[in-house]
Amino acid sequence: MNGTLKRAAVACIVMFGLLMINVNYLGAVKAGDYSTDNRNQRSFYARYAIDRGWITADDGKTTLAKTVDTGDKTFRYEREYPNGRMYAHVLGFFAPESARGIELNENKLLNGSDPDLVVGRLIDFVSKKPPKGASVDLTLIPAAQKVAYDKLRASGKRGAVVALNPKNGAIQVMVSLPTYDPNELAIPDRGDVAKAYNKLAKDDTDPLLNRVTEKTYPPGSTFKVVTAAAFLEADRSRDPETTVPAPQVLDLPDTTAGLPNYGGAACGSGEVTLRFALERSCNTPFGQMGMDLGWEKMREESAKFGIGEPIQFDLPTADTTIGPEEETAALAQLSIGQRNNQQTPLQMAQIASAIANSGVLMKPTLINKITDPGGSVIEELKGEQLTEALSGEVADELKQMMVSVITNGTGTGAQIPGVTVAGKTGTAEAGDAPAPHAWFIGFAPAEDPQTAICVFIEAGSAGNDATGGGTAAPLARDVMQAVLEAK
Amino acid sequence: MTTAPVAEAPAVPMTAKRRGAQLAMLAFAIVVVMGAYASVGLGLDGQIPSGTFTYGLGLAALMFAAYGVLAKWAPWADPLLLPLVTLVNGLGLVIIYRIEQTGQGGASATNQLMWTALGVVMFSATLIVLKDHRALQRLTYTMGFIGLGLLIMPLLPFVGREINGARIWIGVGPFTIQPAEFSKLALVIFFAGYLVAKRDVLALAGRRLLFIDLPRARDLGPVLATWGLSLGVLILQKDLGSSLLVFGTFIVMLYVATQRTSWVLIGILLFIGGAVLAGQLFDHVQARFEVWLHPELPEYYDRELGGSYQLMQGLFAFGSGGILGTGLGEGFPDLIPLSFSDFIMAVVGEELGLTGLMALLMVYALIVQRGLRTALAARDPFSKLLAGGLSFILAWQVFIIVGGVTRLIPLTGLVTPFMSAGGSALLANWILIALLVRMSDAARRPPPQAIQNEGLTQVFTR
Repeated sequence: MNGTLKRAAVACIVMFGLLMINVNYLGAVKAGDYSTDNRNQRSFYARYAIDRGWITADDGKTTLAKTVDTGDKTFRYEREYPNGRMYAHVLGFFAPESARGIELNENKLLNGSDPDLVVGRLIDFVSKKPPKGASVDLTLIPAAQKVAYDKLRASGKRGAVVALNPKNGAIQVMVSLPTYDPNELAIPDRGDVAKAYNKLAKDDTDPLLNRVTEKTYPPGSTFKVVTAAAFLEADRSRDPETTVPAPQVLDLPDTTAGLPNYGGAACGSGEVTLRFALERSCNTPFGQMGMDLGWEKMREESAKFGIGEPIQFDLPTADTTIGPEEETAALAQLSIGQRNNQQTPLQMAQIASAIANSGVLMKPTLINKITDPGGSVIEELKGEQLTEALSGEVADELKQMMVSVITNGTGTGAQIPGVTVAGKTGTAEAGDAPAPHAWFIGFAPAEDPQTAICVFIEAGSAGNDATGGGTAAPLARDVMQAVLEAK
Repeated sequence: MTTAPVAEAPAVPMTAKRRGAQLAMLAFAIVVVMGAYASVGLGLDGQIPSGTFTYGLGLAALMFAAYGVLAKWAPWADPLLLPLVTLVNGLGLVIIYRIEQTGQGGASATNQLMWTALGVVMFSATLIVLKDHRALQRLTYTMGFIGLGLLIMPLLPFVGREINGARIWIGVGPFTIQPAEFSKLALVIFFAGYLVAKRDVLALAGRRLLFIDLPRARDLGPVLATWGLSLGVLILQKDLGSSLLVFGTFIVMLYVATQRTSWVLIGILLFIGGAVLAGQLFDHVQARFEVWLHPELPEYYDRELGGSYQLMQGLFAFGSGGILGTGLGEGFPDLIPLSFSDFIMAVVGEELGLTGLMALLMVYALIVQRGLRTALAARDPFSKLLAGGLSFILAWQVFIIVGGVTRLIPLTGLVTPFMSAGGSALLANWILIALLVRMSDAARRPPPQAIQNEGLTQVFTR
């Protein structure tokens, strides 16, 4: 019987061997699939086991996102946004299964998985402490952010405000309305969060959308500064006093339609200086300039401002464009910021910023400082130059003209007592909608710019007679003033 | 032992009692269990649980008592069996304690400790009462009836209880007992006695078909009877696990006794036939197969009855363990339904990782190996068959349940021996170990001096 017993023993060995091979197969091959399966709650729980780094502003003096130790076994660390609605589009949210905004972009630093934090993580692991992430300090100026948010919200309009330091690209204000409360999306309950998110996603006013960076709109007359820049750069004998033709209606070749001025008004005597054309925001001279320069020149000048390329930024950005090369008539329209000319408010702020910074375009950023849990700084704002959009001379001439826009032209609503403000208004037709978009771009103080701004009010939210000068400029004034006072 | 040259005269005693080594291993097993218990507390709230020492000492007292009985009544017994079983039983207690901390209903370390104590009592009683296991051979048919009776009991009105869709429990006062666990012991004893008596007849060759000697048709009776019994269990009690356990064990014992491969083939064919038939006839059997093949499909995952939710949650746990595991107290056993019962291995996989699983499987394999060694060393056919059968049924049970929860084979409900919460299984398995200990004592006991040489030769030339 021993022979068969030995064979039975071999069968037992084979059974245990199979079990051992199988558990190794599970651990080595299948484990990856299992850990990413969304029915596996572990990855969901793991998000709340980390003492996630805080997000602050104003050198850590203002807390924007904090981690609260609830002491709960399953969901120990929960995320809270003390002023969620005001900062929603910048911070984003840390939801059970996803993240957005800075929470997403800086996730590896905030949750401590970044290679820069490997030493601290190892120490936490050995000492059985929960892992801790780095804290991120933003460049935002809370006082100015509050002004922008409160004023825009009080007006009941949809839109976006973005301000940045032209010298280093640091974003000072970023507000988009309507907004949402990221706290509702940060609770550790997948069902409730999905419900809250779906409600926001279905909302017609699109509160989840960051209107500063994620969507493009026709920039209207604010784009005339780009056309003017191309006009001046093309021939250095030109200056703000160069006269340009300014008919009441510009004849567009190969079409029966003409390009009128705003409201069909006349522009001076039919032949005006460039400065006057910009002050009054006449359409016909800029349409003519665009047609004379040609599509390639316009594209080149725009590209120097960063249009047509994705902006390297801490948040996702929509692609901007002046539109494809079309018939000459289209050229006149894109030169005044219409037709297929599509810009984000951030891009328009970048244009103002380049003019303010003597033609040098800086990379926009929200990150002021990143500090590891031990307190040492691992990343700090340095200010990175992107391109030289303009020669210093042309930038200076544009600046003078933009100051005139505020003192004598369409932008008087943006005047700040005791401060020289430069700017340009825009009122853009939004497709077939009766109401226009209202825009303002500018910077202050003109002699030594501390802030460049773009205010955008979405079509339809401010009535049919909204204008850049009437609707957007006063808001820009308040925000710039707040930035200057906070400095 | 096997490598000792046969030609040399055995100057040294062939077997030693090795009681010192056994005591040291027992102490080591208890230290491991206490360490694991402390580790649960550290993982859960950063402190060693206050009960570590009282609890550890309680377990130690139990096991040293068992050791005392063993040393007195079975001094020549295999020295590894008791420490190995202590280790598995102790770790089972720790895991159940750990699951209890999550608040999962049904997990109670206190109850399990109580059942362990009763198990040790049963172990001791078996050793004390059963001086010679060959007495069981005289009870062959009695055991057969007892085994059958226990298997049928849950079907009887008044005492039978149906829990979680399987009618395998009987109620005795406040307790529920799973008689199948005891039935499997009685049946293995019956099979051993019966096969020893009939093996010569069963080994007779009938017709030859393709290199295989088929048994005579009229000898198929016992096989068909067991097959019918297993199918009955499957159909009437919806207990796939026990059905597979009993039938598989019988076929292997039949093979060991008759040395005929044809029995194994017939057994496998009957099994496949039965499985296909059952799959066609019964939804719950078919559901197990579907779930086994595609547990990840949402339609099976979301199915309320016979779905793959539990299996998938178990697999997630295995997957998250990695090589070293999350550490005791750091995993999420509460995500797995009934993790303290059939799925206790998934908790081990998550918290102790591949390392823990491999070690634990190795311990089971060692227990089985010691049992089979006893079978090889035993001096009479009944002992060989009984020891072989008991060892195999243990290995087979581990294979069915661990294979089931790791999706090696379709999942059929069975308890993980010595680990899963449940008193019946614990008592029955402690008796099983007592029987192995009793037989190993008989096998290793030096024969009387006069026939020592003969006995030696017998062992050495096996």
